[in-house]
Amino acid sequence: MNDRIDPHRLDALAPQASEVEAPPKPGTTKTAKPAKTQVGYVGQSVPRANAKRLLQGRGAYTDDLKFPRLAHVVFFRSPHAHARLKKLDLSRAARQPGVIAAFDGRAIADYCTPWVAVLGHLKGIKSPPQYAVAIDRACWQGEAVAAIVAETRAQAEDALGHVVAEWEELPVVTDMEDALANRTVIHPELGDNICFARSFETEGFDAAMKKADLVVEETYGFGRHTGVTMESRVILADYNAAEHSLTVYHATQAPHMMQDIFSRHLNIPEANVRVICKDVGGSFGIKVHVYPDEMATAALSVMLRRPVKFVADRLESFLTDIHAREHKATVRLACMKDGTIVGFDLDDLTAIGPYSVYPRTSGIEGNQVVNLTGGPYAHKAYRAKMNVVFTNKNVTCQYRAVGHPIAVALTEAIVDLAAQKLGMDPAEFRRKNLIADDAYPYSFPSGLKFEKLSHHQCLDKLLALMDYTGLRAEQAALRKQGIHRGIGLAAMIEVTNPSPAFYGVGGARISAQDGATVRLEPTGMVTCLVSVTEQGQGTEGVFTQVCADAVGVSIDKVRVITGDTGVTPYGGGTWASRGAGIGGEAVLQAGKALRANILDIAAAVLQVDRATLDVRANSVVDKASGEERLPLAEVGRIGYFRPDTLPMKFQAELTVTRHYTPREYGFTFTNGIQASYVEVDTDTGFVKLLRHWCVEDCGTVINPLLVDEQIRGGIVQGIGAAMLEECLYSAEGQLLNGSLADYLVPMTGDTPDIEIAHVSTPTRQSELGAKGVGEAGTAGAPGAVMNAINDALAPFDARVRVQPFTPERILKALGKI
Amino acid sequence: MKPSAFAYARPRALEEAFALLDKHGENAKLLAGGQSLLASLNMRLAAPEILVDIGAIPGLDGIAVRGQTLVIGARTTHRAIERSEAVAKHAPLLAQAAPHIAHVAIRNAGTLGGSLAMADPAAEWPACCVALQATIVVTSKKGERRVAATDFFKDLYTTALGAGELITAVEIPCVEKGERHAFLELVRRRGDYAIVGLAARARLKGKTLSGVQLVYLGVGVTPVQAKGAMAALEGKTADDAAIRAAQDAIARDLEPNADIYTSAEAKRHLARVLVARAVAALVG
Ligand SMILES: Cc1cc2nc3c(=O)[nH]c(=O)nc-3n(C[C@H](O)[C@H](O)[C@H](O)COP(=O)(O)OP(=O)(O)OC[C@H]3O[C@@H](n4cnc5c(N)ncnc54)[C@H](O)[C@@H]3O)c2cc1C
Repeated sequence: MNDRIDPHRLDALAPQASEVEAPPKPGTTKTAKPAKTQVGYVGQSVPRANAKRLLQGRGAYTDDLKFPRLAHVVFFRSPHAHARLKKLDLSRAARQPGVIAAFDGRAIADYCTPWVAVLGHLKGIKSPPQYAVAIDRACWQGEAVAAIVAETRAQAEDALGHVVAEWEELPVVTDMEDALANRTVIHPELGDNICFARSFETEGFDAAMKKADLVVEETYGFGRHTGVTMESRVILADYNAAEHSLTVYHATQAPHMMQDIFSRHLNIPEANVRVICKDVGGSFGIKVHVYPDEMATAALSVMLRRPVKFVADRLESFLTDIHAREHKATVRLACMKDGTIVGFDLDDLTAIGPYSVYPRTSGIEGNQVVNLTGGPYAHKAYRAKMNVVFTNKNVTCQYRAVGHPIAVALTEAIVDLAAQKLGMDPAEFRRKNLIADDAYPYSFPSGLKFEKLSHHQCLDKLLALMDYTGLRAEQAALRKQGIHRGIGLAAMIEVTNPSPAFYGVGGARISAQDGATVRLEPTGMVTCLVSVTEQGQGTEGVFTQVCADAVGVSIDKVRVITGDTGVTPYGGGTWASRGAGIGGEAVLQAGKALRANILDIAAAVLQVDRATLDVRANSVVDKASGEERLPLAEVGRIGYFRPDTLPMKFQAELTVTRHYTPREYGFTFTNGIQASYVEVDTDTGFVKLLRHWCVEDCGTVINPLLVDEQIRGGIVQGIGAAMLEECLYSAEGQLLNGSLADYLVPMTGDTPDIEIAHVSTPTRQSELGAKGVGEAGTAGAPGAVMNAINDALAPFDARVRVQPFTPERILKALGKI
Repeated sequence: MKPSAFAYARPRALEEAFALLDKHGENAKLLAGGQSLLASLNMRLAAPEILVDIGAIPGLDGIAVRGQTLVIGARTTHRAIERSEAVAKHAPLLAQAAPHIAHVAIRNAGTLGGSLAMADPAAEWPACCVALQATIVVTSKKGERRVAATDFFKDLYTTALGAGELITAVEIPCVEKGERHAFLELVRRRGDYAIVGLAARARLKGKTLSGVQLVYLGVGVTPVQAKGAMAALEGKTADDAAIRAAQDAIARDLEPNADIYTSAEAKRHLARVLVARAVAALVG
């Protein structure tokens, strides 16, 4: 580690040690070549600046904003999953106290054009035009068909009761297989119910599979669930007719994407649209999509020439926030007697509701399942078939770990089954098949390219961390006493830091690059504006650390600003585990450039060779001795107020902007492995999650505390998917559990202790070396839990294959009911 | 999710409350801890004209022992019951059940009377009151009447409470020598309403059971006394054969309704598992 440490730098920081939490010793081993960044705050668990404010209740969310003449909109939503609107009479509602206006879909369509969510690189994907407020027909229970705007939310809700609607119910398609059979076509103009299909086969697939000694096959089901954010969706749109400008306060992950979309669909020049994110209370992918009711809110602000706010209440969240998953997949694994995997064969079916979601499309999740299945292993043969179908349920789209939890669970379950059939230990079976740590760069059969992964290091570390051998002994001993515990492993790869290959190449106006502007203030403070957004995950804290190190200042000198298209550089925002890796690199490069510019001024002022100077701990110092030469406040004073004292041709540049786009690889893959230890009560079918482990390689760990919390939170969401969460629909397409009383999210009391360790293989595409980590926990947990439960059930010759693993399903598998 | 407009009154005496109930009839709702009522107002499942908050009426809360009877005021919170030494001593079933009710924040506000008036079939207090053969004290402007818990729960969310009546207290016979209580509940998350729960009570002489009460929650429209299983255990030694007989009787005793996650069949199976565990707990 020595080459990373600048002793002067550490000395300079020493007096401030009390401000920085003692760096915990996470199981971090820097085995790979370290990144070239100078070490200071990067790598330490620095508490993030906004945590205190949020904990003290001083967060300012969009819903907290008070505007003069603020109007509130509520939506009249279809009670039916599929129905034609025979009559809609808003006149009584419009006359209710406080009501400002009531509009149907046609009226709103005059101000907001519809959209079609397809992407060029998803060949053949199709979807019908979708309107901000549906016209004539509703395609899922909860789809808005009218908007009512009133002085208060309560008045608007009162008026909802006075909307008169007559419906003619249409045939409903809720089952995926029914949808695929096309007996009832939801959008007749599209010809069939297939939104997107993809198939793929490596050369010589059949021949390779035929040579295998063993082929195992199973079909798995994954419930439809959703991301439950603490802050619900909220938007406040403020149209200014005098300027023909629109300012939108929006709980979103992608303000620039939304700026473009508001501009195009409301026909307002992009320069006149500004999107501002206040504090955002969790997103998980829920807040990166275009929602019809939010577009309608923006249109209503234009129509009414006043600020209009929409807050999804919790019941609306369940009906309209994107859902995710809902897959049924059959997977086959072929292997040799010695355990060598020959190939995987996948057939995946997934249902997305009646529309592909704009602008990212709902084809991505299925596409990811195809891309990632079998991901950690060194087989050469792969065949995949995938159908994405329309149904009359709420739409689905990208939610934390998009496709990964499905791909990982499928892969890891079938891997365990193969190991079981061969009588091999599942850890050994994986060791035999995981791509070797020295095999990189590596081309995976589905076409993915891996820069450098560390599967074997992670496996070894995990087995040691959890005391795998000891646990197996304990499991065997307890089994004799009738206590049924199981151990489940799940290796994984994860897409992070995507290049333009993800969306841009398909024609989506979604930025794959991000930018940072770093400015030295006259006081010596540093302001850092970044296009990546803060959703509560601590991005701003990470940028603060990177910026402080890059410029050479203490962390209290840095202010980070995100989430304002009128202020920050242009960029993609927060999704696909890209914030730290892409935004962080932009901050690093901008900070380094500012440091260089600071040195230029100092060299001019001090009349010394620039190479003899450095910036450390808020001052320009003599590089060799560390002696202070010029405090940054002095650099700022001269640069801004006394440039007359600088040489004639010299212009101080104390604001710099840098951008970063990953280009070399389509995605910067990370890898990791999780393990779950469970106890199944075989009388009741209840599962107790005893412990959970994760070893993850996200490259440079910028802030161990934040990284570990990302993994923990992600694992808990993955546990939710495996054990609890499912949006249940009746055959008529009615959501049966659309409230927090009935839809079960995991709670702390039922969450096992989660132990985390790291292997660090920094990406060499960037100087920072950080890969993403936001989704790894969610990606791997369901597979690990599934394998653990099935391991516990093994003595009964029982297996569960459909998530979530309810007591009912486990009792059925055990033959108890 | 905003409630429709309502008026609010906070009477200082029972008589004032009765007058308000009289005046507004069906359109008035009593407000205790608000933990069930306010959610239903926000979801617009109910839209009363006036809420009559019983929070300032003296004499409605507190826990007292009168002779062989434990008296708990209707407005006593779940949390107060959970933490009461008198309850732990004289009605251990309640002390065992209390931690299963929701979460601390809700137990701090929710009340015994509110829970009994709600009569959620998966709630803990109604089943416990039936198992303990408690008496519900109901008061109206006409005076007081006492309803046996076994007669109080009529149907889904429906009780013996008439118009203008409120629950003022619950009377519970103090635990006798040799009497054992066990409360068991199966939930997928701590604090949820029970999928299946069982309030069990019996006297134990050696290993022989008598005065057996087995009252299930979560398996019907009201708390359900498993009479066949109770008979199967009555006067019997708590051995495997007796337990098996009780389990067999459960199949006839219960007609559980499926909920969104659990089928009737699974509930019946779980009820059988619980009776065995309850007997083990009673004699353990
Ligand atoms: C998240 C959550 C989880 C919960 N989980 C559980 C659980 O696991 N188990 C459980 O049992 N409960 C649970 N509850 C409900 C909780 O116990 C409530 O407190 C209880 O059901 C109602 O009591 P309250 O005092 O809050 O009554 P309120 O909500 O004020 O009133 C409920 C009803 O009772 C009537 N009422 C209230 N007091 C009286 C009275 N003295 N006489 C006549 N009528 C009266 C009201 O008019 C109203 O109709 C949960 C609640 C929440 C919010």
